[in-house]
Amino acid sequence: MSELKLHDMGDIILETRGLTKHYGGVHALEDADFILRKGEHVAIMGDNGAGKSTFVRQITGVEQKTRGSIVFDGKEVEFAGPLDAREAGIETVFQTLALADSLDVSDNLFLGREKTMWNWLGPFRRLDYKAMRKDTLAALEKTGVKIPSIRNTIQNMSGGQRQCVAIARTASFHSKLTIMDEPTAALGVQETAQVENIIRTLKEQGEPLILVSHNMRQVFDLMDRIIVFRRGRICANLDIMNEDISGEDVVAYITGAKTGEEYMESAV
Amino acid sequence: MADSTEGIGGLKYDKTKRAWPNELNIFFALIAIVLIFEALGQILPYMNGQSMLFDFNTKRDGTILNIARLKIIILQVSIIGIIALGVTQVIISGGIDLSSGPLVGAAAMIVMSFAQTELVNGNPNPKAVFGDWAFDLPVIVPVIVGLSFGAFIGAINGSLIAYTRIPPFIATLGMFLICRGIAQWWTRGQPVSFPTEGYAWLGSGMMPVVWFLMLAVLFHFVLRHTVYGKHTYAIGSNEDAARMSGINVQRHKILVYMIASMLAAFAAIVLSSKNLTAQTGMGQFYELFAIAMAVIGGVSLTGGRGSVVGTVLGAMVFGVIQSGFTYIRLDAFYQLMAMGTIIISAVVLDQWRQKTGKSRS
Repeated sequence: MSELKLHDMGDIILETRGLTKHYGGVHALEDADFILRKGEHVAIMGDNGAGKSTFVRQITGVEQKTRGSIVFDGKEVEFAGPLDAREAGIETVFQTLALADSLDVSDNLFLGREKTMWNWLGPFRRLDYKAMRKDTLAALEKTGVKIPSIRNTIQNMSGGQRQCVAIARTASFHSKLTIMDEPTAALGVQETAQVENIIRTLKEQGEPLILVSHNMRQVFDLMDRIIVFRRGRICANLDIMNEDISGEDVVAYITGAKTGEEYMESAV
Repeated sequence: MADSTEGIGGLKYDKTKRAWPNELNIFFALIAIVLIFEALGQILPYMNGQSMLFDFNTKRDGTILNIARLKIIILQVSIIGIIALGVTQVIISGGIDLSSGPLVGAAAMIVMSFAQTELVNGNPNPKAVFGDWAFDLPVIVPVIVGLSFGAFIGAINGSLIAYTRIPPFIATLGMFLICRGIAQWWTRGQPVSFPTEGYAWLGSGMMPVVWFLMLAVLFHFVLRHTVYGKHTYAIGSNEDAARMSGINVQRHKILVYMIASMLAAFAAIVLSSKNLTAQTGMGQFYELFAIAMAVIGGVSLTGGRGSVVGTVLGAMVFGVIQSGFTYIRLDAFYQLMAMGTIIISAVVLDQWRQKTGKSRS
């Protein structure tokens, strides 16, 4: 699978040009040029405060950029909030899970976009539980999520199961791009493996994904490319699938010992 | 049903694998309380072995149940029960409503002034508000006036809570005083009496029970099977998640408070109709009793959990205790003490249950 073949513009799902975010005098993100192709899985790495979360927050509409442009699925977009981004097809698994504890799996998957009948009743339209549970099973099947029962409420689930439900939720609604912000940071070994399996499944299905992670092994195992952030700028774009790049190299980029050739002049 | 479909990796999605419903615990607590009173009836020497709920001597309607007492038990909690149905929704959404009791007083005064009849036993009925021009209005008029007033107060409560983000406790505490003020201001403290025949029918006999049970069935369906209900639970469970999911949290909260206040206003209609009069002090402590019924019924004050079935059972616990104390001829102050103890125990048990539930995962 050669990356070179994918150079025609129709294959690009997300592109940012000169994306910049300033918080007052703090330059959290500076001129980020980034391209994600359809079906590609890209990791974003960097130290704390390097700008990776800021970058993600601009794309997902949680914050509004200071400068630059975001082109998503062929159109330039301005997201006023996370809902706009979600409606456009960008689904995000946040570090703090956005699940309602006292509802069951199916309810959470369909929260805010319930399947209904008797729609003339407005807010009192009837929930179509049968259809939602059927689709929930299909969504779990698609992502390979294993949970004992979709009728379980979230509060009775382990951290890994919760994370899986959150991922199944984002992955199951014909989203065009999935973004995960450190999805395994709080999980044990087995639960991490479960989440990684889901990411593999998404890769097989050709769903593009951006993964923010500190876990070097995970990134090398699962991703096609690594983007390294340092001091608010992108400092390396590493094609780990096709080039001989080691973990030490990545660490060197993260700490500032090395900088990618194409980023030399902009790096500080 | 899709519930029993074979899952991935041979896992079965078993519909029988569901948590023990909290409502069953409350039901057993209700049975236990009944049994305690039955036992006291046998033990206490002055009771002569009377039974509270059973009637073995007079088999006039072919049943050994003491129908008269059962009717009283449910009748005396029906009106506050109607309020509790609304309070249940407010608490599930993560809020609280302290204004429902005074709202009953204010709504009763206003509604009754639209329901007064022209002549009582051939003599002119002194109209509290609308002096000479008033005549018998069809029953629908006072009902609509009452529900509109409730919706108006609820909309103010909900808007304050949703848009200014002041705590629901403070917003509805303010409304508590405002409504008590409205109740007194409406007729300058004068009671309003003698409604039309049509209006008097609304709260006559067992009608309060009929309204209570009909509304309970309606709102059970609404909370379990409609988008409104699902979003109410979602907001109480995780407001941020609800917002991120695209639910209009502010608009939904206003709707929840409007429905709760309309139910309180409807309780005022039934109560004033039952008593054939409205007085400024009506509905005193109703807000607290309604909250207590919901809490005994397993509605969690932290939001997101509870049900109409639970609240109805909570109301029944209330009724059984009230009747039980009368039945064993103990004074009302013991009743208040027992009620207080039960409310505290219900909340302690609920928190304890939540803790053990969490540690399992």
